[in-house]
Amino acid sequence: MELPGTAIAAEGVERRFGDLVAVDRVDIAVRAGEIYGFLGPNGAGKSTLTRVLCTLLRPTSGRATVAGHDVATEADQVRLRVGVALQEAALDDRQTGAEMLALQGRFYGLTRAATRARVAELTDLVDIGSALGRRVGTYSGGMKRRLDLALALVHDPEVLFLDEPTTGLDPVSRSRIWEEVRRLNKELGMTVFLTTQYLEEADELSDRVGIINRGRLVAEGTPESLKRAIGTDVVVVRVEGPVEDARRAVRSLDVVRRVDTSGGTLTVSVSDGPSAISPMAVALSRVPGVTVQELSLRRPSLEDVFLSATGERMAGRRLDAEASRGTEGGRPDTEAS
Amino acid sequence: MTTTDERGGIVRAQPRRAGFAGDLVSVAIRALRSIPRDLETVVPALIIPVFFFVVNIGALEPVAEQSGVRDFRAFQLPVAIIFAVTGVSRASGLVTDISSGYFDRLLLTPMRRTALLLGLMVADLALVMALCVPVIVLGLVVGVGFTTGVPGAVAFVVIAGLWGLAFTGFPYAIALRTGSPGAVNSSFLLFFPFAFLTTSFLPQQALTGWLATIADYNPVTYLLAALRSLLSDGWSWSGLWPGLLAVLGVGTVSFALAFTALRGRVSRG
Repeated sequence: MELPGTAIAAEGVERRFGDLVAVDRVDIAVRAGEIYGFLGPNGAGKSTLTRVLCTLLRPTSGRATVAGHDVATEADQVRLRVGVALQEAALDDRQTGAEMLALQGRFYGLTRAATRARVAELTDLVDIGSALGRRVGTYSGGMKRRLDLALALVHDPEVLFLDEPTTGLDPVSRSRIWEEVRRLNKELGMTVFLTTQYLEEADELSDRVGIINRGRLVAEGTPESLKRAIGTDVVVVRVEGPVEDARRAVRSLDVVRRVDTSGGTLTVSVSDGPSAISPMAVALSRVPGVTVQELSLRRPSLEDVFLSATGERMAGRRLDAEASRGTEGGRPDTEAS
Repeated sequence: MTTTDERGGIVRAQPRRAGFAGDLVSVAIRALRSIPRDLETVVPALIIPVFFFVVNIGALEPVAEQSGVRDFRAFQLPVAIIFAVTGVSRASGLVTDISSGYFDRLLLTPMRRTALLLGLMVADLALVMALCVPVIVLGLVVGVGFTTGVPGAVAFVVIAGLWGLAFTGFPYAIALRTGSPGAVNSSFLLFFPFAFLTTSFLPQQALTGWLATIADYNPVTYLLAALRSLLSDGWSWSGLWPGLLAVLGVGTVSFALAFTALRGRVSRG
């Protein structure tokens, strides 16, 4: 049941490709004016659900509405109201940025004057500047992403879908996109549906986060509430020796809520971190063959939420790792659709 | 719609569907604008007919005239035109759009899906008619004349353009069905039976055996006859209508294939 003020509603949405269930009965309700972060690893179903919501794919079953219109039966009405920047910047290298923006305006029935005014606004917004007169083929990866975002905004949409908008960007370009997303949301009240595989991005930008894994929505809430739900603190222990014995020893402590293991690392959710450290160290020292290599206390992150919800880690998708590759101008090799 | 108000310093747009004609014009303008930026796809269409025209006249004119062709240069000009306009399309650009994701961006707009293809075809029609001009000028330079005068020359260009348009459905069907640049390039192979198993070098009555049989069924035979009638026989409906019918027949088949492929490509199922 769609509630008033709901910008995006998905009810039992399923999308299959043959036998493969890419999106498995997902329910989502995104309020108007909200930034909703849709977090999950590669292949989790984020992009497929985005393509369903922005009318590129029909749901196999279930129902979804965007800006009050059914994505299956009122696709044209949805298309008038949404802006979409897909995972890969979808541009025509043979046109100039200005030509692409003007063409986009024409497809939405904007007059030349209205298009010119929007292009002038967007030139500043996405910081493309004088490059607008150059062919897109000469743009860097960051400029292409920003132009792609501008194209999604030409017709001033009510709902903006951003499918991994910063994947492969350098920190400066990423920061610009983040600022822009915040500004569009704050100043224009634009609803933003943001898919990402970057935990920090979801944490930084989203009012609420939905976590998807293997096509299913496994957790949803504000970043803070999700983190609170798994425990006040997290103790990370790296051990050598029989990990299962170490896990059992840690789990036996009263202060411990949950233990997840990944290789030789135990991620321990506890109600009170500082008071849990000593008993944990003592308990581990009594396990034959186990040597503690590292023991640290930190606040829970969305990584811990993901681990808690799925029992898996979102391997290797941290922004600092991406940034160290210096990826302006191209997407990293590890990127997958 | 016009810009009407401002919100937070941003000019508000009021999006609406642009309408079929608006969508068509937008797609066609984009396609036409890309032609001079993509000359490598057009230059062969200009060089090949000029080359064949010059070589065929130089090598075959005496032989052909001995075989009963009165004016071999006029006989060859329509062949050069067919070479110029057959298979010229923006299908390779369409494949690039599909592989780059720009095609999806177009599908995200409220534009009419048929305008996506028809707009490209409108640009193709303009391009193939433009390609006719230098070939005709070359023909005039070497002494070919139109017995039907300027109106006949215009009709000549229009019929050739319509043939070029009718043929574009094949590469577009392949582009939309496969999304593969290699497959689109190989669609050029379709050109050979159409262009060579016909009256390209000899009149129909001079053809014998299997070639004569195939030429009887090849629509280009009737197209060439129609174009030649405008050059040599004057206004003759009996010469023109089989050619127009051939264009219509090929166009019906190729457009059916292309629009079926478009429906498959934009299907959301």
